[in-house]
Amino acid sequence: MLRKIRLTLGILSLTLVTLLFLDFTGTVHAWFGWLARIQFMPAVLALNAGVILFLVVLTLLLGRVYCSVVCPLGVFQDVVSWLSSRRRGRKNRFRYSPAKTWLRVGVLVLFVAALLAGVGSVVALLAPYSAYGRIASNLLAPLWGWGNNVLAYLAERMDRYAFYSVDVWVKSLPTLLVAVVTLVVVVVLAWRHGRTYCNTICPVGTVLGLLSRYSLWRPTIDASKCTGCTLCARRCKASCIDAKAHRIDYSRCVACMDCIDNCREGAIRYVCRLGQGGKAVAANGKTKAVTENPATATENPVSRPVETVSRPENAVGATGKMATAHVPAGRAGRRSVEGAQIDTARRSFLLATAAAAGAAALHAQEKKVDGGLAVIEDKKPPRRHTPLTPPGSVGARHFFQHCTACQLCVSVCPNGVLRPSTDLARLMQPVMSYERGYCRPECTKCGDVCPTGAILSLTVADKSAVQVGHAVWIKKNCVPLTDGVECGNCARHCPTGAIQMVPSDAGNPDSLKIPVVNEERCIGCGACENLCPARPFSAIYVEGHESHRTI
Amino acid sequence: MDKKNERHISRRSFLKIAGAAGATLAGLSACTGKDAGSGAAATGEDGVPVGKMTCRINPKNGDKVSLLGFGMMRLPSVGGKSAREGNEEIDQEMVNSMVDYAIAHGVNYFDTSPAYCRGKSEAATGEALSRHPRSSYYVATKLSNFGDYSREASMEMYRQSFKDLRVDYIDYYLLHSVGGGSGMQLLNERYIDNGMLDFLLKEREAGRIRNLGFSYHGDVKVFDYLLSQHDRYKWDFVQIQLNYLDWRFAKEINPSNTNAEYLYGELDKRNIPAIIMEPLLGGRLSNVPDNVVAQLKQRDPEHSVASWAFRFAGTFPKVLTVLSGMTRMEHLKDNLLTYSPLKPLTDEEFAFLQRTATLMMQFDTIPCNDCKYCMPCPYGIDIPAILLHYNKCLNEGRIPASSQDPNYREARRAYLVGYDRSVPKLRQADHCIGCRQCVSHCPQSIDIPKELHRIDAYVEKLKQNTL
Repeated sequence: MLRKIRLTLGILSLTLVTLLFLDFTGTVHAWFGWLARIQFMPAVLALNAGVILFLVVLTLLLGRVYCSVVCPLGVFQDVVSWLSSRRRGRKNRFRYSPAKTWLRVGVLVLFVAALLAGVGSVVALLAPYSAYGRIASNLLAPLWGWGNNVLAYLAERMDRYAFYSVDVWVKSLPTLLVAVVTLVVVVVLAWRHGRTYCNTICPVGTVLGLLSRYSLWRPTIDASKCTGCTLCARRCKASCIDAKAHRIDYSRCVACMDCIDNCREGAIRYVCRLGQGGKAVAANGKTKAVTENPATATENPVSRPVETVSRPENAVGATGKMATAHVPAGRAGRRSVEGAQIDTARRSFLLATAAAAGAAALHAQEKKVDGGLAVIEDKKPPRRHTPLTPPGSVGARHFFQHCTACQLCVSVCPNGVLRPSTDLARLMQPVMSYERGYCRPECTKCGDVCPTGAILSLTVADKSAVQVGHAVWIKKNCVPLTDGVECGNCARHCPTGAIQMVPSDAGNPDSLKIPVVNEERCIGCGACENLCPARPFSAIYVEGHESHRTI
Repeated sequence: MDKKNERHISRRSFLKIAGAAGATLAGLSACTGKDAGSGAAATGEDGVPVGKMTCRINPKNGDKVSLLGFGMMRLPSVGGKSAREGNEEIDQEMVNSMVDYAIAHGVNYFDTSPAYCRGKSEAATGEALSRHPRSSYYVATKLSNFGDYSREASMEMYRQSFKDLRVDYIDYYLLHSVGGGSGMQLLNERYIDNGMLDFLLKEREAGRIRNLGFSYHGDVKVFDYLLSQHDRYKWDFVQIQLNYLDWRFAKEINPSNTNAEYLYGELDKRNIPAIIMEPLLGGRLSNVPDNVVAQLKQRDPEHSVASWAFRFAGTFPKVLTVLSGMTRMEHLKDNLLTYSPLKPLTDEEFAFLQRTATLMMQFDTIPCNDCKYCMPCPYGIDIPAILLHYNKCLNEGRIPASSQDPNYREARRAYLVGYDRSVPKLRQADHCIGCRQCVSHCPQSIDIPKELHRIDAYVEKLKQNTL
């Protein structure tokens, strides 16, 4: 019964979380966006005290049900493991193994250090929700998109508008590769050893394991009924049941209830360790006695990570701790800037060469005959000194500290603006660029879906007043000067009226007009950059701002 | 009262026209290709009659011209679309089989230009026609010197036409699209100042041009001027835009155009044969609003919507041939059915089509005929596709004026989703920079950048939901 409840909830939550990454219309988000917000890492990064408290209490009460029901990567591994167990003779393929405490704690320490140092890429690499988001958004979303496009094609044939086609494109090759590697590692581990990932690598699993050790309800072996058949241990995908000793390692048990259903003697029950009859207390006492045995092995790590666990709560109350975290973040940031500067000379040389070649390629076709379409060259991203972060992200520091790189915003961005960064320190965290579209005034999707508070939800009106960067004019690309024709497409599409057209020759009011930018009014939406006719490099581009401001 | 009056007039004038048409028809019920000689009227295996094509006689030289003329402007491409869309090559095999079919069913007039299909139409036409005896077809082409008005370039274009068409004489030669751009000034620049018109007159004397005429769009002053010089130039024919919308509403559709009623009347007075272009107004008369479809089909359920437009154009007796730019075999077969033989409109039907036109005029469409003379846009905009999508939505009643409209949500979705389907994102109106290079090319004198910016602003409002 308990297992069936777990199965139902787990499958439901996995399906819905997956749909969050696939559905580009926003329908699923409207109803189930909270499923992303109750994930552990997003809640920690969002400093969402309510959710953290709830998860802590939940774990203290019922054990690691979070891992079995809420975590999409956990449930996904269960699915893989279940498929593996469908093979003949593989149903009860596990066996007890002692905890790899040093590995668990080591990864956790690394993780926390990365978190404090603001190295988002390591955090994103290890956090389970981010890992799953990466897989869903890079590997499943394209399939979903193509499926949708087939339907859109059919709808078009039938002159219906229920489906429209969407662009499917590789948003970032490094992130795609990381997603593939993540998927392969997780699938191989789950196929062979069940929940190994959760109990050796996953930092969230380790933290919750420290709590679930003391959980109120827990599967308990009634030694008096146990025949020592070890069926429970062979069914345990967490490899945490030492059947011979009638002992369960609760730090690894994910409360999947498989063992309970598997025991022919009914010797395992999910019970409260307090207030039970004498029998239960006896069993409990027995367990306790047994747990004391390996205490020497576990004592060390217990005391250390407990401090770490309390960190989020501390952070909620006292921002002082967060402030200290800024220092290393700043240092890391500076380091990467220095690294970038070394490359600057070479890059700007390449850029200039490419720009020259581009200008030659795009000589407006001379009109001789009717029909045909001019070839349109793809835009190339300009080199922005400061990366662009989406409106609502307050500023680069806030954004990179809170983002868990789950790719949810990247998946839902309808304008092709957000894509995972390829910068090593910020690998997989989203950045904006305007070659495929621009940050449309009516869209606030990224902020609406962000579970970590890295991108705060804004109203349409507020968003249109947030300055994320400012436009910069590049004279040598500007079409009135290169092609000698009227343009003004940037000014025409500027939502804030920050661009005006002025005569290119100050002495001659009739000369072709060129744009001038009022940086005070510019919000950095990129309409000008995206709609600029100059290709492949626009004659006007947006330079990011370190911290956003409301105009 | 007004309505009654109008109808009365149209009936009277139409009786006259129809009478004359009847007389002409009595003279020649059927003409097959000059050499075809299949003689007896028969119906082909696919239900398209053979040897029943209505023909008209050129009063100058007795040419028996089929009422259906094959326009080579919208030839099929290998991708199945018209070769003017996208950048695909012409499907020569398909062109050949359509030309063969057309000739077998009595079509003998083929109209091309050095500009059509990105400059490839003439060669494709030459290829297809050269497989038939020279005496079995009349070929028409034009001096399409839109880019370079110099005598050298124009002369080169003229000579190239002979090579591409593989002929040593051209049956019908036209000054292409006079009246556009700056009107008289452009006419002078293209044909008078460089001496090209005088040269063409000599070529006619020499027999290398059998009939000389002009095709006209736009400024009526140019039309009137050229007709006033008829004694000097002796126009053998004039090509005009005529259909049941343009008959009385051309001016209303586009202030720079002239009603076909006037144009035809002027030619009729001078006994100059008229060749009709745009009988379907760029497809707008085959793709009409649903309520109009219902009306037309109710009267004649077995014939296509387009057949009404062809019957309208063909009914006028001074019309030598009606050009149709046919991309697909279905178009050709449907048109052959309509003209094999022509069933002239009764005056009641004529009045009915005028009422239909009035109904259609309630929609304020942009007068784009999809002729693609504006293309290619140097900045990659697909101008006709944008305008046609707008017109289509307008015709379907899908241009909400405000977000309070009852069907706003559906209409918005249909417009935006349909827009992305009809026009790739990078070729949409928001990329129009307003360089105005297209403006002078539009035979309908549409202020293209203005319309594109208007549509862009409208789309922007739809997207932002601020209509």
